[in-house]
Amino acid sequence: MTEKQPVISIRNVTKRFGNMVAVDNVSIDILEGEFFVLLGPSGCGKTTLLRMIAGFEMPSEGQILIGGQDMAGVSPNQRPVNMVFQSYAVFPHMSVADNVAYGLKISGVAKPEIRTRVDEALELVSLGGLGQRMPDQLSGGQRQRVALARGLVMRPKVLLLDEPLSALDAKLRAQMQFELAELQDNVGITFVTVTHDQDEALSMACRIAVMNKGDVAQLAGPSDLYEHPANRFVADFIGSVNIFEGKLTVDEPEQAVVDCPELGRVFLNHGVTGAHETTVWVAIRPEKITMLPAGQAKAKDSPDGHNIAHGQIKGLSYLGDVTVYEVRLESGRSIRVSRPNLSRWDQEDFSWDDKVSLQWHPTSPIVLLS
Amino acid sequence: MQDWKQHKATFASIAVSPVLWLVAFFIVPLAVVWLYSFGRNVGLTEIDISGTFSNYGRALEPLYLEIFGKSVAVAALTTLICLIIGFPIALAITFAQPKWRPWMLLAIMLPFWTNLLIRTYALITVLRTEGYVNKSLGWFWEGASSLKVMVGMAPLSTWEPLPLLYNNFAVILGLVYVHLPFMVLPLYAALDRLDRSLIEASLDLGAGHFRTLTQIVAPLAAPGIISGVIITFVPALGAYLTPDLMGGPDSQMIANVIERQFKRANDWPFGAALSFLLMYATFILIALQTLRNRSAERRS
Repeated sequence: MTEKQPVISIRNVTKRFGNMVAVDNVSIDILEGEFFVLLGPSGCGKTTLLRMIAGFEMPSEGQILIGGQDMAGVSPNQRPVNMVFQSYAVFPHMSVADNVAYGLKISGVAKPEIRTRVDEALELVSLGGLGQRMPDQLSGGQRQRVALARGLVMRPKVLLLDEPLSALDAKLRAQMQFELAELQDNVGITFVTVTHDQDEALSMACRIAVMNKGDVAQLAGPSDLYEHPANRFVADFIGSVNIFEGKLTVDEPEQAVVDCPELGRVFLNHGVTGAHETTVWVAIRPEKITMLPAGQAKAKDSPDGHNIAHGQIKGLSYLGDVTVYEVRLESGRSIRVSRPNLSRWDQEDFSWDDKVSLQWHPTSPIVLLS
Repeated sequence: MQDWKQHKATFASIAVSPVLWLVAFFIVPLAVVWLYSFGRNVGLTEIDISGTFSNYGRALEPLYLEIFGKSVAVAALTTLICLIIGFPIALAITFAQPKWRPWMLLAIMLPFWTNLLIRTYALITVLRTEGYVNKSLGWFWEGASSLKVMVGMAPLSTWEPLPLLYNNFAVILGLVYVHLPFMVLPLYAALDRLDRSLIEASLDLGAGHFRTLTQIVAPLAAPGIISGVIITFVPALGAYLTPDLMGGPDSQMIANVIERQFKRANDWPFGAALSFLLMYATFILIALQTLRNRSAERRS
């Protein structure tokens, strides 16, 4: 297999608006044919970055290369990328077919070819036969598909999608996540999507750049981000997590211990590359904690008194597939534990004010240095 | 919003004064003038409302139809020029930085708040034979002439001031000057409502700025363009002061003729008939616009 080439190279790009730094010295390589997601809270600079790729904003510093070509001074209508806008931006005075044909007409494609390509594109997004409809006769989901078809029909090197699913209702959104991923796989065009929705990012992306305050906090695949977050921001932003501050007291190649005043001693069966006695943070996902009636906990593969905590249930929310419990620890801190409802009676095992013991496996905690 | 049917008394108490006002100062006088249009002069001040249509018959004579036609042409040209000038202005305001926008709008509105008579006389001082335009042009002419002499060529002929005033040109210039805000404001309102991402989408799909303007911006701003055209055309059609003060002997418009009937000619019935013909024309325009809006609403 040959090494995939970067189709977009973002090199040390900074964007300032007045005194505000929206994007701060970001470098990312986006590979040919991948589904790349820029994920982050609002105001993290992800949309600015996308708009710089599209050419609607110019970098204050740094370089953006598309297909190896420097895009400095290249206007949006000259770039080999197309964009699907958050509001879809479907032209309301044109039929669906005219919307999709708009870009082809401008690039001077012959009429018969326009017709076949428009039909193909509409078929691709399951809008076959709706070409003569006006946009105001379409649902939100259909308008979104028009926007997609309008971009795809241009066969761009890269399709940019700005919060493509944010205006859809939850059910449709879940369906479109799969469809988008499948579509991208079929057409083989590189997709770069901006979203603030971690589920969306995790379900669709090959790789995700998590952005925070104009900076890339971590760039990795979905499971790596979840299981191996690089810092507290990523751990907290992706999924639900409990984070405790502690001191690294043992750090050997095969084992490590973090002493957390609010949680107890946390044992890990691998080393941590950090200085002895430095402040670190321990992150544990709610589903990786086992909850038992008080006193029954006995953490396996851990030294005595490690990886165990005791507390009382102070809140619970039943979500159907899982129940999430809020457990008040002896230290007074709350910890979140989720428990799958494997049988139809599991949610009745624990209730408010029950005294419980918690345990976890030495591989479950993640130690974060920042 | 609360339904007025549930609070009839409240609604009536609020409505009564404006309704009275409208009836006393608008409907009744208008009705009187309307009745006059079916009458004839008896003596100096008496008007006999005999139900005759002769005033309308006279209004449709070629002499008056020609003036009517000319008024429509002048108003249409004024509207067109206002649109050509106003559209770029409205675009500029729309895409200006937000902090500049109120000031630009103020600059458009400012002349609006000045008395029309003062504005018209100010324009006259600019345009007259001894006005600033002719003076400056004359100065440049003299300069060019002496420059030619300096390089050894024959001097230019003596400067003849341009006839900028008391002709049709002056009337149209004056009307454009007065009516431009009427055009810019509805255009700005329409352009400001336009979703910017539609423009970006057009650029993104490879369109240039001109194509985006003609294929995306202009069609979507069409409702604003139409209201701007009507709001400009209607008062321009009935313009009185501008052709009176700035026009020449052949630039009188229909409002000037009407004025003459009421004053110098003392023929109120004929003046009334002309006025109502003008009003009917205006009403038809507004009705057409309303119908168009309705059908546009039904489509969406």
